[in-house]
Amino acid sequence: MRKAEFVMAVVMGIFSLYLMWKSAELPIGWIPEEGPGGGAWPFWLSAIMAICCVMILVNWYRRKTPPSQSDEVYMDRGTLIAVGLVAGALTVTIALFYVIGVYGAIPLFMIFYVRFLGRHSWATTAAMATITPVVMFFFFDIALKITLPKGLPIVEETIFYPLYKIFL
Amino acid sequence: MADILLQLWGGFLVAFEPLNLMLVLIGCTIGLFIGAMPGLGSVNGVAILLPLTFLVPPTGAIIFLAAIYYGAMYGGAISSIMLGIPGASTAVATTFDGRPLAKEGMADKALTAAAVASFVGGTISVVLFTFFAPPLAHVALFFGAPEEFSLMMLAFATFIGLGGDDIPKTIFSICIGLVLSAVGLDIISGEPRLIFGDIPGFLHGINFLVLAIGIYGIGEMLWTVEENYKAGGASMLSKAVVSVQRTLANLKELLGTWKTAVMGSFLGYFVGILPAAGATPGSLMAYGVARQIARDPQKFGKGSVDGVVAPESANNAASTGSMLPMLTLGIPGSPTTAILLGGMVIWGLEPGPRLFTDHSDFVWGLIASLYAANLFAVIINVAFIPAFIWVLKLPFTLLAPIIFVLCLVGGYAPTQDMHDVWLMLLFGVVGYLMRKLDYPLAPAVLAIVLGPLAEPALRQSLLINNGSFDIFFTRPYSAPIMITALVLLALPLLKPLMRLINGKKAKA
Repeated sequence: MRKAEFVMAVVMGIFSLYLMWKSAELPIGWIPEEGPGGGAWPFWLSAIMAICCVMILVNWYRRKTPPSQSDEVYMDRGTLIAVGLVAGALTVTIALFYVIGVYGAIPLFMIFYVRFLGRHSWATTAAMATITPVVMFFFFDIALKITLPKGLPIVEETIFYPLYKIFL
Repeated sequence: MADILLQLWGGFLVAFEPLNLMLVLIGCTIGLFIGAMPGLGSVNGVAILLPLTFLVPPTGAIIFLAAIYYGAMYGGAISSIMLGIPGASTAVATTFDGRPLAKEGMADKALTAAAVASFVGGTISVVLFTFFAPPLAHVALFFGAPEEFSLMMLAFATFIGLGGDDIPKTIFSICIGLVLSAVGLDIISGEPRLIFGDIPGFLHGINFLVLAIGIYGIGEMLWTVEENYKAGGASMLSKAVVSVQRTLANLKELLGTWKTAVMGSFLGYFVGILPAAGATPGSLMAYGVARQIARDPQKFGKGSVDGVVAPESANNAASTGSMLPMLTLGIPGSPTTAILLGGMVIWGLEPGPRLFTDHSDFVWGLIASLYAANLFAVIINVAFIPAFIWVLKLPFTLLAPIIFVLCLVGGYAPTQDMHDVWLMLLFGVVGYLMRKLDYPLAPAVLAIVLGPLAEPALRQSLLINNGSFDIFFTRPYSAPIMITALVLLALPLLKPLMRLINGKKAKA
């Protein structure tokens, strides 16, 4: 936990400095007749962020805050696997939106989560994997007219054009 | 007076249009369930469902969201009591006594107490709201850019001064939210700024929903995944028997707690009005006061009904209270109202004093629907207590994927840009990692909503005063607000000093 507190403060401190540098692409000083330049607001806020990171590091050094006192492991192996699997699955799911679309990726995500993480029966898994996309399709694409990503054109043409013809 | 009642009547006519009435009912029910889910509170419900309200007119949309807000306030108590996991931060205080009651097999008593207390809190505060909103709106007419900026400062200062959290981390969180809100096109010069890696997706700015769903949806769920893993995948459930007879007996016992409920309601309402204070500190304060004034304070923490009534009446009252500065001044009093405010801006309704004259049917429709929402919420809540118990028995591994899918689609729907979905995932993961280290994240969400309002207010103020900051201290409304804000900011610095002085006195 202590190490994580240090690393996070340093990373955020560097990020703050990057933001200051990035803000300085626009004028950060006073422009006559125009007021403060466009970069001033984010620049000074990033500066405050950087100062906060320094204060967090001071607190870390003096062991003033709970995370800086704790010797507990920030993330033990089990937690890392449990959270990592879910975060990884989400990343893959979003990436698949481009290829097989929302309606292809969501059932796969459901199968992975319900069957392999949740260890539910195949019947429950199948129900979840079919009901969710069907409800979503009628809700978003049909009722709200928000077309969710369908992936590659070939997927949309073969599967969804006939569906649009029926329901739209 | 008669004028207010007349407008309220008009509001009721709006609220009781079939479409709006239906939205109140659906909103309350959805809110109850979202609030009852561990890890999800009114913020999540409103953030996830906001994109779906673009289908109905603005009045219906805000009524729907306000009903979700109310329902979630009622529902937050349910998982606090049944699982010992606060359904939302606002229901943290409810776990103190609600959980012991449930462990003793009196979950139904705690649930009924929470529902009735919420009703009392909600109703008292809506009445206060009805009569005090217009005068406050009138005062708000004198507000210009300097006053607006002073108020924003006050909002952030209350977060820093009253919140017991790590102060550098709170300030960091506020600033990062404000900086993220500055991404996109500079509002005054129109130049692109903070376009990371020249990715075109950043040109339209970072939608507050992306940050809100990222942090409260994905981040919070990852947090729950960890909790669930540590608990060995088994949520603790409570025993509860529900029967009409028991419910009646419970209601009778509740009559004895009316003082606590009234105290909680008033306290919650006034804390709720303070910008940025919101329902969480309100409910904690009410719990503290209830313990101070109780005849048997030692019973608190071991299963006192008063200990459930106080925070529950206060958090509902505060949620109504926090809508007042949102509507009249455009300052959200809580993360949820921050999102409601964002919604209002999208619907083209500019919050502020003119709202009451330009869109009076909207304002009064909302107020009237709050009365209706309260009534529906208490009825639904009591009637559905057995059903809630059943849903909470659903394994986490079935609820979680549904919530994740809602987040992904909720992040895509408003802008229909995949860029935002990726950004949301990034915010979720980083938010989760930061939350583990006690970084408060609610201020960041508030800041990203307030940022686009605060920056022009500051720049305009400085412009009309040739770059001098004394404009904030010379105007009659701005000066006291700014000074209060600065005092609140200084408070955390004074506290250790006071302790030092007191410590010396004690030694001498």
